[in-house]
Amino acid sequence: MRYKVKHTTTYQYEGHVNVCQNMARLTPLTNENQQCLVSRFDVQPAPQTMQSHTDAFGNTVSYFEITRPHKELVITVESEVEVKSRSQKELFSDDMPWDAVSELLKKPLADGSVMVRDYCLPSNLVPIIGGVREYALESFTPGRPIIESTNELMKRIFEEFKYDPSFTTISTPLEKVLKHKKGVCQDFSHLAIACLRSLGLPARYVSGYIETLPPEGEEKLEGSDASHAWFAVYTPTNGWRHFDPTNNLVPADQHIELAIGRDFADVTPLKGVIYGGGAHELDVAVDVRRVE
Amino acid sequence: MKKASNEPEKNQHVADNEKLESLVYKYGKSLKVDFDEMMTHGQDALIKYHWTPLMRSLGRHDLSELETKHHEARRIMRESGVTYNVYKDPQGQNKTLQLDPIPMLMGQEDWAKIEEGLIQRARLMNFIFKDIYGEQRLIKESFLPPELIFSHQGYHRSCIGLYQDQEQPIFNYTADLARGPDGNMWVFSDRSQAPSGSGYALETRIAMSRVMAGEFRENKVRRLSHYFRAMRSSLAKMGSDRHGDPRIVLMTPGPLNETYFEHAYLSSYLGYTLVQGADLTVRDGKVWLKSIDGLRQVDVILRRVDDSFCDPLELMETSHLGVPGLVQAVRQGNVTVVNPLGSGVVESPGIYPFLANIAKECLGEELLMPCAASWWCGQEKERQYVLDNIDQLVIKAIDRRFTTVFGGALSNNEKDELKEKIKANPYLYVGQERLVCSSSPALVKGEILPRRVLFRSFLVASDGSYQVMPGGLTRIAPDNNSFLITNQTGSVSKDTWVLTDQPDRQRSLLPDPGQVPHPAESESLLPSRAAENLFWVGRYAERTESVVRLLRTMLRKMADFREYGDETDENCLNKILQALTHLTETYPGFVGEDSEALLQKPEVEILDVAFDPNRPGSLLSTMRALFYGAFNVRDLWSADTWRIIDDIGEFVSDIDSKKPGFYALDNHIDNIIDALMAFAGLTQESMSHENGRFMFDIGKRLERGIQVVKLTRSLLTELNSDLEELLNIESLVMSQESLIPYRRRYRLSSSANAAISLMILDENHPRSVAYQIAKLQEHSQRLPNQGLSSLRHKLSDEEKLILKLRTTVQLSEPEKLAEVDKKGTSRPHLEALLDDIDVSLRQISDGLTHRYFSHTDYGRQLTPQVSIES
Repeated sequence: MRYKVKHTTTYQYEGHVNVCQNMARLTPLTNENQQCLVSRFDVQPAPQTMQSHTDAFGNTVSYFEITRPHKELVITVESEVEVKSRSQKELFSDDMPWDAVSELLKKPLADGSVMVRDYCLPSNLVPIIGGVREYALESFTPGRPIIESTNELMKRIFEEFKYDPSFTTISTPLEKVLKHKKGVCQDFSHLAIACLRSLGLPARYVSGYIETLPPEGEEKLEGSDASHAWFAVYTPTNGWRHFDPTNNLVPADQHIELAIGRDFADVTPLKGVIYGGGAHELDVAVDVRRVE
Repeated sequence: MKKASNEPEKNQHVADNEKLESLVYKYGKSLKVDFDEMMTHGQDALIKYHWTPLMRSLGRHDLSELETKHHEARRIMRESGVTYNVYKDPQGQNKTLQLDPIPMLMGQEDWAKIEEGLIQRARLMNFIFKDIYGEQRLIKESFLPPELIFSHQGYHRSCIGLYQDQEQPIFNYTADLARGPDGNMWVFSDRSQAPSGSGYALETRIAMSRVMAGEFRENKVRRLSHYFRAMRSSLAKMGSDRHGDPRIVLMTPGPLNETYFEHAYLSSYLGYTLVQGADLTVRDGKVWLKSIDGLRQVDVILRRVDDSFCDPLELMETSHLGVPGLVQAVRQGNVTVVNPLGSGVVESPGIYPFLANIAKECLGEELLMPCAASWWCGQEKERQYVLDNIDQLVIKAIDRRFTTVFGGALSNNEKDELKEKIKANPYLYVGQERLVCSSSPALVKGEILPRRVLFRSFLVASDGSYQVMPGGLTRIAPDNNSFLITNQTGSVSKDTWVLTDQPDRQRSLLPDPGQVPHPAESESLLPSRAAENLFWVGRYAERTESVVRLLRTMLRKMADFREYGDETDENCLNKILQALTHLTETYPGFVGEDSEALLQKPEVEILDVAFDPNRPGSLLSTMRALFYGAFNVRDLWSADTWRIIDDIGEFVSDIDSKKPGFYALDNHIDNIIDALMAFAGLTQESMSHENGRFMFDIGKRLERGIQVVKLTRSLLTELNSDLEELLNIESLVMSQESLIPYRRRYRLSSSANAAISLMILDENHPRSVAYQIAKLQEHSQRLPNQGLSSLRHKLSDEEKLILKLRTTVQLSEPEKLAEVDKKGTSRPHLEALLDDIDVSLRQISDGLTHRYFSHTDYGRQLTPQVSIES
């Protein structure tokens, strides 16, 4: 499936910003699931410097500076991505018991896959708080296959947690999410990751987009999509497998991956340090369209 | 050689030996630990060969002489401002480091072994660092467990891949050592990100080599300057690889940091500009210094700021101490930061158990220097050992997230709590054997007694290997049982003498003759922040002087009034009190609606305006601002100037704690004036930085102008009787130290006209407003003309303002200004002129602030966007 994605970020400032340094992770990944065919990165006002590099997780990072006074910053990224279809059947093949995976990973592994243990450790936004292990164990019963268990965990989060965009901020603590059973895609992903890590399983955060379809008979509105997030779990036989707890969906061909990391902090789409400017407002518009 | 003349010498020798024996005997009786630096082990302990000359020399004199030397060394260190800021202690802002006068001695062979072990360890750390931020083979091939590295706070994923082209990314390496019962030095802690202490070692050495010059020569002590020369030459090389004309800066977290003194001291000693994060900016992927000459590119940053604080964009977002974009500049290869960002990870005590194997398998070498036996709890067997033996072990975090504790010192509850924590996150903890350190002689209450010692050594990358400072920082425990020794808990340090057979020639840090210094090195830049501080130090110094002199005038007038009870004197005194309120802007004070009562009994309010440190505008608060401003640019003052500044700081904290009464005011005023005069004189004579001196002086001139305007307005614009006017004129000229020139000129015809001529219009009188304006014009022409065309004929806005103001003053006629209005109560022309000057001076100050200091503000984080799609 081929998609065109347009992601526009606009910052408006009360006063003039004299200098800003920014980092963006807005270029889609190329990996076993998808291929990024084109990605155009446009910044207004035009930056004095623009450099890109690949970070430790394999994401493309764009660094730019604007050193002239400005009151508005607009970053537009237009990409075209070919997403490979993954069949649901294949997903459950070679499924290992989750406790066997956890045991296996404790041993020194000669093939370098020991590096995935980075994703078993708590990270800043995903501390392993009290209660998550107990929550996870309901689905992860002894000897149960890992994909099957994870699939159920995803389903439970989808059913038991309420989607509530008014509830969340970028740093909603996991305790709060677990207690009130509310949040957005970012919180659900962090929660699932904490559950998996509490069991000694490697789990990571994926940022990206999902194709949304308008209600029957209506035109899709320009800019009505948004950035999305989900999680992935590692199995020795199948590598990283993705799960979308917000939609109770195993990504097949409608998810477009932007960046991966331990948690949101590793994949923040855009961050920056500004000098001057006073208060500012942020507006994000995302448009995902299927190319027929 | 005549035999007879040898006799007295021989007798002397015998006497010396006897004294030495008695000293050694007393010392030997107090020995408690298995290994002593000075004495051999066993029943009949003997003094070791390399200690004999020093102890004989000390024994030759009464120990009170050693006490004298001790005091002398402490005085030298105090005057050079050797301070160690102890956190959370407002009184301890500038506590002088405690010093023990008996150096630690290391013999030649002993040292050679230590040196070899340390160099190998530095190379090993460098190897591990490069691998962790490079191929990560050590993790992939199971030399290091992944959790040990991945969960370390100092492991910065954004730094991966940055150092592959560098041979020796670890530039400075520091190890803390203790000598075990077997006589070997053991490592118990490593410092690899921003190691501190080398400046203290140097300063201690300078003080000790002065007070023990004889012993120092006699013992053939190796010099520390070799180490600093190596450091400078390696940094210069690093810079010139990148740029033909390299600029090197030393980056400090600022004056609130506990080792700020050392940063200031080292930057002056090494000749690098001292900068804070806010002094630097990243443009075009390069690092620039914001100086008052504009932006200047920086090639090498010697940093004393911890890793995570260095870049709020890619490291810790909340840091205000860093430079946004710094990691990117390193990534693009446009700047070298030493020690490299991310180097904190190799400080981990968790890697100790793995070091010997890495040395053997990767370097093909046996580990030469042992390190304290350590058990990393991330491994099951090791964890169990730590839990079972917690009473005997020191428990450390792999990074700095917890303070180190000794298991045996914990209560049962605390111990259980700690055990639970270890079980919950085992990979964060390390159990380490408790080292029994050796003892060494120290001067304790007039006696030479053994005290346990720890030793910190310093290494610097040099020509593909490492060079060890021949010496270091030795710290002693405060008593014979103490275990924890850190400067924060208040320990005592001593000099370390590495002895040699060969006399070691002193080498200066100045370039060798014939070697031409690089232009960038010789051109020292003034960071905008430093310039701003100097400007304000100038203003505060002048404000302090003006207030204190008015207080003195006030006290004299008060005495007059008390003696004669004359109404004219009373009115005149009230005028001065009101001027005091205007000058200090401590409104309502003596000018408010209820001021009648205050004027009747002014003492409490006066004392308040003088010595209440928390009242904005008070004398003491201005002096404190003066002190902190000066402390902020510690590196720019000469040693003598700093001594005066230090006195001012002492004075402030002294007054603050003692709260003197009104009667003491007179005495204090004289002391303050003396200090200010000394400060003014020294800054005139010995302020090294040209632009710095201008900034400082501009601050002074502006403030003095404003002060004279305020005083003149309070004392001369409102009229009462002629007699009172004469007394007010006297108050004005007296409080501006102008009484003598005034009398000389206008002996017989004192009048408002004359006072205005002298204090406002006379460009030749150093206290007049006109003189300040003339000086401002002179200085402003010599400042760098930032943001203007290079053509010097174009005037800046401030220059235009100054020119206009000078002209206005020059065109003013004293007769006109002295004119009284029809009612006979005010001088409208004078008032108008004073207002004009006041407004203009403040505009000039704002303009300069905007032009030269505006980029000293801090950056803020943009709100990151959140993923919210359902």
